[in-house]
Amino acid sequence: MTGSAIFLQQIVNGVSLGAVYALLALGFTLVYGILELINFAHFSVFMVGAFVALVVLQAFGLQGQSVVLHGAPLVLVLLVALVVTMVASGALGVMIERYTLRPMRNVKGPMAMITTIGVSYILFNLVLLATNAQAINFPDPMPAASYHVGGVVIRLKEILIWIVSAALMVGLNLFVKRTRLGKAMRAVAQDAEAARMMGVDVDHVVMIAFFAGSALAGAAGMIFGLYYNFAQYSIGYTAGLRAFTAAVLGGIGNVPGAMLGGIVIGLIETLGSQYIAARWADVIIFSILIGTLVFRPAGLLGMLAPNRS
Amino acid sequence: MRDDAPLLEFDAVNTHYGDLHVLKGVDYTMSSTDIIVLLGGNASGKSTTMKTIMGTVTPTAGEVRYRGDVINRLSTAGRVKRGIAPVLEARRLFPRMTVFENLEMGAYTQKRGAEFEADLERVYELFPRVKERRGQLAGTLSGGEQQMVAIGRALMARPRLICMDEPSMGLSPRFVEVVFGIIQTINRQGVAIFMVEQNANMALQIADRGYVLQTGRVVLAGPAAELAANPAIREAYLGELHVEA
Repeated sequence: MTGSAIFLQQIVNGVSLGAVYALLALGFTLVYGILELINFAHFSVFMVGAFVALVVLQAFGLQGQSVVLHGAPLVLVLLVALVVTMVASGALGVMIERYTLRPMRNVKGPMAMITTIGVSYILFNLVLLATNAQAINFPDPMPAASYHVGGVVIRLKEILIWIVSAALMVGLNLFVKRTRLGKAMRAVAQDAEAARMMGVDVDHVVMIAFFAGSALAGAAGMIFGLYYNFAQYSIGYTAGLRAFTAAVLGGIGNVPGAMLGGIVIGLIETLGSQYIAARWADVIIFSILIGTLVFRPAGLLGMLAPNRS
Repeated sequence: MRDDAPLLEFDAVNTHYGDLHVLKGVDYTMSSTDIIVLLGGNASGKSTTMKTIMGTVTPTAGEVRYRGDVINRLSTAGRVKRGIAPVLEARRLFPRMTVFENLEMGAYTQKRGAEFEADLERVYELFPRVKERRGQLAGTLSGGEQQMVAIGRALMARPRLICMDEPSMGLSPRFVEVVFGIIQTINRQGVAIFMVEQNANMALQIADRGYVLQTGRVVLAGPAAELAANPAIREAYLGELHVEA
């Protein structure tokens, strides 16, 4: 491979990885935007999502990479798995909010955030026990087809990941920008008290934010599994921290910022691994996290100061 | 719901924040054509009155009645839906939403349809400036423009009663007059106004009746003209000293 082909190849890989981080970062940003809460349980919702997808795909009789589907059956199986995963993950997020965070809503200080760490550990350990801490082979029904464009290899798998991620992000954007509930969500994020005075049910909006964010985390978990061909109890930790960095980098609370941050972090990870060393990727990413917090806390896309009195 | 009942009544209303007793047996009553002004100093219970009307504070004793129904436990959303809309202190627009989206939020409890369009037309007619700025982010407007949007946002709820918290606060004297003129116009269109206002002079000029609140009790009540002529009021709220000649 020539130098430029390697560079472009790493861009392709970085965008795929970045799509996962972006989907995951959206959940952090939605919840933070509304509750000013960093939801560490999000890490584990992502991981559980990967396992839900794994179970659904196995239920279709898919084991490892042995069964390859084509055409309509492939699309149908992936779509069903995606929908089930998103609904289950969304429901998990809603339950976490309803039973562990809502009771903490009016407690001042970091208690709610610490609660999310606790929930994250519970889910982490439950899956650890259920899987004997083993990495599980993730079913991959996708044909190994790939396309060569100017020396760069783009796999069919990657194209599917891009399409699904782009569709989910466009969908979320339309939801937040255009729908009545999406507007209520933005209103609550900007001034919860004023939104309540307009007749908005703030608890309901919080629930929707958790559902949407967690459903996207589930989708990200499924994509992660398909991309790396495994799922393990620990996958939420690394991906979650990177996605959190992406959310901060883009401007936490800012929806387009989370998407941009995700892609940037994905690119930094692949390009950093290529040109510096893979073991330095985390050092670079977390230096960016700290650098953003110190020098540009509002992130790349920033936000006007919230209108709070 | 009774049509002959007063629009809004406070009947011996008490409220508490924890151990703190704020409203101590307060009575107000207003009809569907009234402009009422509530005067009072700091910590008199003005803001708590507004919150009690909007349902974010629940009385610990006494009754709040709206069109004859006790609404002590009715949610804020339920109140907005039944025609009580707020203009909040310091306007509190959604700064990163457009003017149009802010108006949409005002109509949050209403169905989208012909009525929404009619309400929107009415707001645009009342405030041509708001129509011009409808695509702009609310946070970029001047204070006066924001107040217009805030009043327009309240009108989008099809209210019978608008609760205004300090509508003249932070506005230039010219705009204060504009805002009070608008309040009168809206009132003539059939919307009752209950307002808390520091600018007692202007407020008493357009109000029908006034109440004076002091540490949670109504200490004076009566027609606005009478209050405006009352020496104690003139001294306390109209910035006049008694200089006997």
